[in-house]
Amino acid sequence: MPSKNYAATRYSAMDEINGANVKNLQVAFTFSTGVNHGQEAAPIVVNNTMYIVTPYPNIVFALDLAKPGAPMKWSYQPRPATASQGVACCDVVNRGAAYSDGKVFFNTLDDNTIALDAETGKELWKTKLGDINTGETITMAPLVVKGKVLVGDSGGELGVRGWLTALDVNTGKIVWRAYATGPDKDVLIGPGFHSFYPSDNGTDLGVKTWPTDAWKTGGGTMWGWIAYDPDLNLIYSGTANPGPWNQEQRPGDNKWTTTLFARDPDTGAAKWALQYNPHDEHDYDGINEQILVDMTVDGKPRKVLLHPDRNGHLYVVDRESGEIVSAKPYGYVNSILQIDLKTGRPVMNPDKLTKLGTVVRDICPTASGLKDWNPSAFSPVTGLMYIPHENLCMDWKNVQVSYIAGTPFVGAEVVTKAGPGGNRGQFTAWDPVEGKAVWTIKEDLPLWSGAMATAGGLVFYGTMDGWFKAVDAKTGELKWQFKTGSGIIGQPVAYRGPDGHEYVAILSGVGGWAGAIVSGDLDPRDPTGALGFNGVMADLKAKTAPGGTLYVFSLPKS
Amino acid sequence: MSSPCRNPERRVDTLRLPAIVLVTWLAIGANEASAQHAPPAPDADRGPNAVSVSGLFPGGSAPPPPDPIGQRFEGNKEAIADGKELFGQMNCSGCHFNGGGGMGPALMSGHWRYGGQIDQIYSSIAQGRPNGMPSWQGSLVPSMIWELAAYVKSLPETAPASPTVVPGTDIKP
Ligand code: HEC
Repeated sequence: MPSKNYAATRYSAMDEINGANVKNLQVAFTFSTGVNHGQEAAPIVVNNTMYIVTPYPNIVFALDLAKPGAPMKWSYQPRPATASQGVACCDVVNRGAAYSDGKVFFNTLDDNTIALDAETGKELWKTKLGDINTGETITMAPLVVKGKVLVGDSGGELGVRGWLTALDVNTGKIVWRAYATGPDKDVLIGPGFHSFYPSDNGTDLGVKTWPTDAWKTGGGTMWGWIAYDPDLNLIYSGTANPGPWNQEQRPGDNKWTTTLFARDPDTGAAKWALQYNPHDEHDYDGINEQILVDMTVDGKPRKVLLHPDRNGHLYVVDRESGEIVSAKPYGYVNSILQIDLKTGRPVMNPDKLTKLGTVVRDICPTASGLKDWNPSAFSPVTGLMYIPHENLCMDWKNVQVSYIAGTPFVGAEVVTKAGPGGNRGQFTAWDPVEGKAVWTIKEDLPLWSGAMATAGGLVFYGTMDGWFKAVDAKTGELKWQFKTGSGIIGQPVAYRGPDGHEYVAILSGVGGWAGAIVSGDLDPRDPTGALGFNGVMADLKAKTAPGGTLYVFSLPKS
Repeated sequence: MSSPCRNPERRVDTLRLPAIVLVTWLAIGANEASAQHAPPAPDADRGPNAVSVSGLFPGGSAPPPPDPIGQRFEGNKEAIADGKELFGQMNCSGCHFNGGGGMGPALMSGHWRYGGQIDQIYSSIAQGRPNGMPSWQGSLVPSMIWELAAYVKSLPETAPASPTVVPGTDIKP
């Protein structure tokens, strides 16, 4: 699975590559994906085979690691509907495949989940889960838990109604589906549901916290990460922004958008919910990763999850009860004054609330958040969380928007800008116990790649102009870097090769929301383009070009 | 948007759109119609006759001649202004923004995948295009599509010469 384990730590226990020898790291092999869009997937390695999924057209490649140069074992072309490209909000990305029991599972942009025989690439089943004519797409990496493939949809910018669904690994049949909005029976909220905070309890809040029928086009998609705690038998996943972005068209808390859910993987039944951003005004989706760790809080051991939210706060949440243990900003934030630990709700800065026809300036963080989808890592050795993130603010104007199925339902004109200090990206090593940064690295460009930590005392990440970097996990000191062919927005992984040695892999290939200006050849003269990302990324076209390539590194053979 | 009030034919076709669109649209139309006494935009009851999307004409054959209807809309201020409004109301702006592009390609760049003549732009809007451009011929009448085409056609001409540099926030860290 892309996040390494169910706890989603992205920590590799391998230590052959370490601070002393990483300077010798060299390219072992490369592989072109042939697709010039944002490569957000994690390569996954099972039984000496590497599996990668490309952005649309979502080709799956299996590479034979046991042979010199890792030749192709097979490839599979799902041929998604070409029209699906037009309804994907932020480049036509895919975040990777999952492996279980001899099968490879992945999603296509046109809303299919497909199971392949991992040995042969033969299609075992294919289940259609959504409709591009309502604006639905799928970009997330599935997770397999207890014989079920968990999949969620994308399309929060097109008034899609979000859901998370479970498919039988053997048949592809839908076992359950939990919507993010609507009546309790659709959200799978029943008698066993008990949230920690009062405002997250009540009947049919997914209907009552909206104007009449607005929940039907209210977003809350599930395009990010899922973690699983086998002991508690709970899966954790968040929902995305409410639609439209123009908050004046949807008075109310807009449940259950931007909400963390704990669910029973067998039935989908919700155990508790925590709405991070009730009545979100700034597109602060709640889909970022949750990393499950056990840590000591005020002298007591607690099972928690760590979640760096788009709203700029690092939530430490008790994963049994849903109580927020702490929530501190991990970068510059002015849209929220603080998270009220009594109510669980943010205390909003009244100066940064959005208004129809008025440009509200310098809202920090920007719509893509202090951090977007790109996952952090956690090292049990240092006890630190490694967060690749952004430092961006925005000017925002609400405009009236009508719902036309299959077209954007946004209603806001946004212009993103560099945050305080001018560096658009930042890499932060965060101590979740103390609730503070231990070191930070300023990056010129926003960070859109994931992070990976290793027992070799290193942390890996990439930059949007193509540098793949290894830094010291304790100090942040740059230990090694390599310039890849295109900007990096992927997820680094480490694996043990058939020769017993450690390898590090990353997909290079710029794109995604922040890189759409390059992958979509957009025009920087319109700073509102790409949902407000065009202007602030105008220089990216002069720094990198599109192109998807897998890079695999290892130490020289002695 | 004063078009729906000016032309009865258009009013009929607005009924094909979802009610919610119609409501906002007529409301805006009513507001503006009273505030504005400009000369009416051109009208048309059909799209262009023959349009070619390719630039190759085998055996020395000629490209189809531009349809004269297009010339009535091209560069016409009223048509461009109406087209601009429709561009927002039909959520074209959600995919193309103010011409810089996003989910759809940039329309201000002056480079066209399917041709930059006004009748070619008309066809792109009416028929849709394979990589995710919706087809609008079932929901908009020809005059509206011509107005949209006139607006889209004007985008490269009115685009600023150089990228708009977005200054960073002046908030101190
Ligand atoms: C759901 C997103 C979406 C919406 C809504 C949308 N477009 Fe597009 N548009 C696209 C995409 C994607 C393409 C590129 C299609 C292709 O290359 O096949 C495109 C292509 C075009 C083109 C052709 C550009 C060229 O280079 O030849 C024109 C013109 C255009 N759109 C105008 C419009 C207008 C006018 C509207 C509103 C009536 C609109 N679009 C609504 C996504 C959209």
